[in-house]
Amino acid sequence: MEGRRTSHWWTVWGVLILAWAMFPLLWMVSLAFKSPETFRAGTPSFFPDEWTWENFQTVFDDELFTSALRNSFGIAIIATVLAVVVAMFAAYAIARLEFPGKRLLLSMALAIAMFPQAALVGPLFNMWRGLGIYDTWLGLIIPYLTFALPLSIWTMSAFFRQIPWEMEQAAQVDGATPWQAFRRVIVPLAAPGVFTTAILTFFFCWNEFLFAISLTSTDRARTVPAALSFFTGQSQFQSPVTAIMAASVVVTIPIVILVLVFQRRIVAGLTSGAVKG
Amino acid sequence: MADITLQNVVKRYGDGFPAVNDVSLDIADGEFMILVGPSGCGKSTLLRMIVGLEDITEGEVTIAGERVNEKAPKDRNLAMVFQNYALYPHLTVFENIAFPLRLRHQPDEEVRRKVEEAAETLELTEHLDRRPSNLSGGQRQRVAMGRAIVRDASAFLFDEPLSNLDAKLRGQMRTEILRLQRRLGITTVYVTHDQVEAMTLGDRVALLRRGELQQVAAPRALYEEPVNMFVAGFIGSPPMNFLPAVVEGGELRLPVVGFRPPDDVLARVGDRSRVMVGLRPERFTTVTGDGAGPDDVEFEAEVDVVEWLGNEQYAYLPYDEPEGADTTLEELERDLDSERLRSQLVVALDPADAIASGDRIRLRFDPRSMHVFDVETGENLTLGVG
Amino acid sequence: MTGVATAAAPPEAPADPPAKAARSERLRHERRLGLRLSAPAFAVMILVTAYPLGYALVLSLYRYRLTDPSGKEFVGLKNYLTVLTDPVWWGAVSTTVVITVVSVVVELVLGFAFAWVMFRILRGRSVVRTAILVPYGIVTVVSAFIWRYAFQLDSGFVNQWFGLADYNWFGQRWSSLFVIVLSEIWKTTPFISLLLLAGLVQVPEEMLEAAKVDGATAWQRLWKVVLPNMKAAIMVAVLFRTLDAWRIFDNPFVMTGGANGTETLSFLAYRQNVTLVNLGAGSAVSVLLFATVVLIAFVFIKVFRTDLSQVRGD
Repeated sequence: MEGRRTSHWWTVWGVLILAWAMFPLLWMVSLAFKSPETFRAGTPSFFPDEWTWENFQTVFDDELFTSALRNSFGIAIIATVLAVVVAMFAAYAIARLEFPGKRLLLSMALAIAMFPQAALVGPLFNMWRGLGIYDTWLGLIIPYLTFALPLSIWTMSAFFRQIPWEMEQAAQVDGATPWQAFRRVIVPLAAPGVFTTAILTFFFCWNEFLFAISLTSTDRARTVPAALSFFTGQSQFQSPVTAIMAASVVVTIPIVILVLVFQRRIVAGLTSGAVKG
Repeated sequence: MADITLQNVVKRYGDGFPAVNDVSLDIADGEFMILVGPSGCGKSTLLRMIVGLEDITEGEVTIAGERVNEKAPKDRNLAMVFQNYALYPHLTVFENIAFPLRLRHQPDEEVRRKVEEAAETLELTEHLDRRPSNLSGGQRQRVAMGRAIVRDASAFLFDEPLSNLDAKLRGQMRTEILRLQRRLGITTVYVTHDQVEAMTLGDRVALLRRGELQQVAAPRALYEEPVNMFVAGFIGSPPMNFLPAVVEGGELRLPVVGFRPPDDVLARVGDRSRVMVGLRPERFTTVTGDGAGPDDVEFEAEVDVVEWLGNEQYAYLPYDEPEGADTTLEELERDLDSERLRSQLVVALDPADAIASGDRIRLRFDPRSMHVFDVETGENLTLGVG
Repeated sequence: MTGVATAAAPPEAPADPPAKAARSERLRHERRLGLRLSAPAFAVMILVTAYPLGYALVLSLYRYRLTDPSGKEFVGLKNYLTVLTDPVWWGAVSTTVVITVVSVVVELVLGFAFAWVMFRILRGRSVVRTAILVPYGIVTVVSAFIWRYAFQLDSGFVNQWFGLADYNWFGQRWSSLFVIVLSEIWKTTPFISLLLLAGLVQVPEEMLEAAKVDGATAWQRLWKVVLPNMKAAIMVAVLFRTLDAWRIFDNPFVMTGGANGTETLSFLAYRQNVTLVNLGAGSAVSVLLFATVVLIAFVFIKVFRTDLSQVRGD
């Protein structure tokens, strides 16, 4: 047996990984609590000399940020719900049914997972203006939904596949219609998978930047990542650094909460589609 | 309750291969019918066609005289116990058993009464509030049966229900299933690959090979009057010995001994020059001096290996096989899911006999207890003889 | 599920009529249900990708600026010629290649190390796993700002800690690319490491023990037992990360705005289409960008024989 000494070494390495992951976050928090005046003097220290809530005050007083936060939540949640529903149907069909176009569907999902979104900003920009959904929630929800589909379909069909066939067949023999079998047996059993998919999809929508700056022009639909990149601070003469970091802390909080609560499920979801047992 | 008939049923998959080929079978009301055979023989497919989980390519299935080919499983009113039980993990034992009743929107009062009654029968009463994941294998199996018995199904279907249990529990549950079926008197179709289950449970046993029905008979008839080599080789443990024999001048020459068979047997052999002789291990006895019948055949052989099990004893006696005889047997062994390693005779002996490997022993058998098979077709030539 | 089953031709049914009808009825029902369930997914995917891409293909054959809509004119392949002879395009290609190659290689090595540590660590595995999920989940723009401000002259601590005085990281190409790649690596290594960990736990412990008994050193076990058995997982991870890095946009946008030769292909497509509203040439860039992605995927699937059936799960 390998001794306890080696196991201690693994713990040390683990702590190093922890530091790798956490150090930049610490830097973000530290900047968020610094006074914007700090940089005037030059060569500021890593930690604030004086901790202040001032930056949070600034961003929450700024309509640009609050509307972006509203947009981000609204768009991400709606796109997530839609993606999960659409993907759930498709994933069920893929996992359980034989139909023409099944391989095409899988191939399209694969193609979209690899698709360079930047190649679409031009045509979508043009199309959306034609359809009148440029700079609207819908204009972002549609592409988010689309690009979230592949991962959602893979994750959910992996979950559906884990549910034994016998379960539905037993329900059918017990007297259930296919719809009853789906609703009373499959949906409750697939609930954890659906939930995991929803979290991953939410991350994607929350994170998206390219469409967010290309398909919006005002704070009607601009999400937080896009707003951050346009944020200039309270006045021209003040560095926007600390305010941007305060806003960053705010948008990172939902991520941290989801990760803390659903760590195990996120890992299962991330790896289920990619590496199958 | 109902009778089930299968008429020239065929199941063909996409590649044209018939998984079930032209099977006709009448299952009487209240009968316990076993479908048995080696893996891949089509027995599960046949069961799933009866219950409606597989389409019927050709032929007709009727339940209580009514054609059900086009009916969905839910409209056939059959109850099925699956190999892995298919218990719903998100429901309690109570709700699992109640599931078919809930689908029919039966009143709570009645559901409770029926579930409790079923639980009583299956000794599950104290587990009703638990989830399937907290149950032992045997308990899960009983829940699956509970789900089948709460509804007044026309018939029970079992798909290898005991194969996931350990040997001891399997024995207990086997008796339990039999008792339950006898009490309810309900038509039952039971799929297994285990010949012990087949022999002990069934009123009749249907033996399948490569999708084709070989023989349907009561267990005893199957054992004593197998229609062909496949049936003879499948039923019985250790399996029947098959010895290639040459017919010459009214004599049967086996690798271990040559003798003159009874005239009626000889008549059945006809002008064949080679046949296959089948002898069950338990038909041999050691020669201890007297007690031989007038026609008994005696021979001497060397013991290679002895297996002593307390209540029984087997001796393995190697012999040299004539050239060309092995192809028939190899094919047969493949069909039986086993592999032919060497040519040897297995005999079951009195465990009181002290026999060691290397001994030469004298054995005898009654030639009337042997079966003679055609080498080409495997057909039993001695059916009804003696 | 295998491709063989679906590839097999539908069977001829020489059956008697009623049986045949019953069978195809169920099959038809299953097909109908399958198509109905997947129709929304099909519709959305075609609307948002296939159609716009076709649209881009058409636009790329025109001279078309939104600032001068009346000047729209069919020019054939001229836009492609313009793009492909422009050093701006080739600069973006080289920048994208550098970012992709460096970040994928580093992430793979580092990700494997992370996966190995998470595989072996006895205490606190879930703590480590939770911690690395935060960079995975964090908004890329936020990550870009964090690293930018760490290196930026007025706010950063890097120059101070490493005694670099007033070295301007964002003043030159290579130092800018260094910071961009650093942010990229920090954020995506966790994803790779989780994929690799999933591959790692599938290498049977028994196989490692057998190798140990056979006298393999730890290094030999890694190269001769572990890695060959993870090949599929590694290739899939590399393919997806490569294509992901190839599309990099957020980091250069936030950090440099594309200055000092840090413009990537996605950035170029964005700038042509959205900033300059030069839809003709912009569409040509879009189509070419798409072509590069197809080329990369093709190389991985045909040349490196990456087995995607595992990803697609069919």
